[in-house]
Amino acid sequence: MLLIKNGRVIDPASGTDAAIDVLLEGARISRVGANLASDGAEIFDAKGLVIAPGFIDLHCHLREPGQEMSETIETGTRAAARGGFAAVCTMPNTQPVNDSASVTRGIIERAAAGASVRVWPIGAASIGSKGEALAEIAAMKNAGIVAVSDDGKPIASARLMRQVMDYCRALDLPVIDHCEDSSLFAGGVMREGPQSIKLGLKGIPSQSESICVGRDVEVAGLTGARLHIAHMSTKASLEYVRWAKKMGLRVTCEVTPHHFTLTDEDVQYDTHYKMNPPLASRADRDALIQGLADGSVDAIATDHAPHHPASKDVEFDRAPFGITGFETALALGLSELVHPRKISLARLVELFTTGPARVLGIERKIASGEPADLTIFSTEHEWTFRAADSPSKSRNTPFDNRTFRGAPMATIVSGRVVYRREAAATAK
Amino acid sequence: MLQRLEHLLGIEPLTREQITFILDQAAPFQEFQKHPLKKLATLRGKTIALAFFEASTRTRISFATAAARLGADQMNLQAEASSLKKGESLIDTVRTLEAMRPDGIVMRHSASGAADFVAKRIEIPVLNAGDGTHEHPTQALLDALTIRDRTGRLEDLHVTILGDILHSRVARSNIHLLSKFGAAITLCGPAMWLPREFENLAPNVRRVTRIEDALDGADAIIVLRVQTERIHEPAIAAEEYILGYQLTPERLRLAKPDAIVLHPGPMIRGLEIDPSVADGPQSCVLEQVTNGLAVRMALLYHLVGGAPTDAPHPAGSDAVSNSGSSSSSGAAKGSANAAD
Repeated sequence: MLLIKNGRVIDPASGTDAAIDVLLEGARISRVGANLASDGAEIFDAKGLVIAPGFIDLHCHLREPGQEMSETIETGTRAAARGGFAAVCTMPNTQPVNDSASVTRGIIERAAAGASVRVWPIGAASIGSKGEALAEIAAMKNAGIVAVSDDGKPIASARLMRQVMDYCRALDLPVIDHCEDSSLFAGGVMREGPQSIKLGLKGIPSQSESICVGRDVEVAGLTGARLHIAHMSTKASLEYVRWAKKMGLRVTCEVTPHHFTLTDEDVQYDTHYKMNPPLASRADRDALIQGLADGSVDAIATDHAPHHPASKDVEFDRAPFGITGFETALALGLSELVHPRKISLARLVELFTTGPARVLGIERKIASGEPADLTIFSTEHEWTFRAADSPSKSRNTPFDNRTFRGAPMATIVSGRVVYRREAAATAK
Repeated sequence: MLQRLEHLLGIEPLTREQITFILDQAAPFQEFQKHPLKKLATLRGKTIALAFFEASTRTRISFATAAARLGADQMNLQAEASSLKKGESLIDTVRTLEAMRPDGIVMRHSASGAADFVAKRIEIPVLNAGDGTHEHPTQALLDALTIRDRTGRLEDLHVTILGDILHSRVARSNIHLLSKFGAAITLCGPAMWLPREFENLAPNVRRVTRIEDALDGADAIIVLRVQTERIHEPAIAAEEYILGYQLTPERLRLAKPDAIVLHPGPMIRGLEIDPSVADGPQSCVLEQVTNGLAVRMALLYHLVGGAPTDAPHPAGSDAVSNSGSSSSSGAAKGSANAAD
């Protein structure tokens, strides 16, 4: 038994924001209330800290199987635990691609053996994510996938998207799309704009994303399926999502911490600023923050994309897209959104908890009988992120040596404290 | 004293004073090219690495000749012969070169930012001989020297740049340089090669799609090569380009009567430029080539030679003036130093 005392519980599902205690018994929450008696439970003093439902990351790459040089389920989930995430959804673009039940089962078995947090696999929409024939989606669902996506690329055509959506609607699985029009993308490496022109780097127009979002929203209307837009980066994309929501379509979207923090103006030739979708214009970034504030955006997702250092230490054109993100996500949310009063603390918690849970069609709340997944964080703790200290196998982050106000202090999964900041080590 | 350059990565970070200094330093080397014995001992014992990861003929020969005339030894790397073909990374290739202890590296690469990438990782000076579609600083400097010689000034000119602006590092470097001297710059070419963001690159830059409007009142016209190898999108048909954008004698008449015509080369006669313009009295194309040697000698001397910015000029100290006009005394003095 673990009694978390003296903290401030923020539970978006019930609208709770109160100084109450939480008692965990085994893998479940047993009681929530003021001044709970310890009854011999171990005490976690959460004085000055926020107690939230366990954070869910809808979008990450754990690189296993097949790319263990960059990350493994074990190293990636240790980084996730340090970031306050109790559950992470891992994208299927591994080697082999997670397009069959056997690969899904392999991921789940590896996670059971060595993961610090819950690992929820996302299955490929098409075989090999090649955009041709449907993957074994039903079999993968039985094996444990929570959504489908061909992430890394868009679902290739409107026709295939229609098939995927029809099929997934029957299976009640969300379809997650990495939106991009490949003909407009055309080998680009950063967002098209004044900075790409100045640097002489091939630009990707923002319409490359929004054209595909528009297509997907239309097909969602055609099929009635659940559509989730991954790592949305432009104002026009957001407008399509707003319209879809207004029309009553089951469309959701996520925004990454780097897209609400950085802009294309931050791009020089440092490959730690190269990701896909690329960093957007200031106007788009500001629109995303507006969407995070007003409820149009459903979740913050990291798109944690580890790459081995050697692969990023190359010319900008040749570097792979992507940055790591677990350990800086909450701190960026606090530093960039909450402290400057762009969104409320309760809203930030929602974007990490009930928001992503709703996308997956599950609940996330702090109540008796619920799974004992909790994220305990400080809004004030000052610290400096050092990529070299990360348990991740990769170091590709633009936020190395950045100082933050606010940090995850403990992550609890199934009643186990899988990360606690003070000791800077897992307290098993 | 003027701030010394550590590297030459682009024109954008340079000040007007630094540019003027380089041009002034190049002036005596212009005269030096006319001397029968073209060899100085200034960089004797120094080694210049010429690392050309992208095909180049004129820029590579120009740098090699500049280095030779300063007395430097050379290490040559050409993409075809390099281990890049075997999968070695740029940084490993460059560190291998560096381990052979050159005193400076001249590099060209097809990736924008490649020179910047290397400069951040090695100790010796890096001279950018062209990086992707980013910058080609020595081209802009030799163009500026040519313009200054022909028109007598570099300030407040009307300059028109014609062609594939989007894919041109020469255009970017020239825009940065000429803008620092107050130029009004007109960019002209097919609209898909003329994105509006170029207007953000520097003050007083405008875009025009009709060549007649672009040439009106120009003091200097820089004609760009149509870079077919760097074009990913469907290219415009040659006939269509000629119809709209070839610099013909008739069109040249719309510019100022004494307007000069520059071309960075290699030039395709009959495509972007009419042969009679290329060979006409307003054309500076061969002076540009000679001035390229002078500019590159000045840069190698300062970046690799490590001389203070107020040091006597190796090709004759009294030739260094701020006037920028060519000085005949430089050649005479240069000859005194010429024997190696």
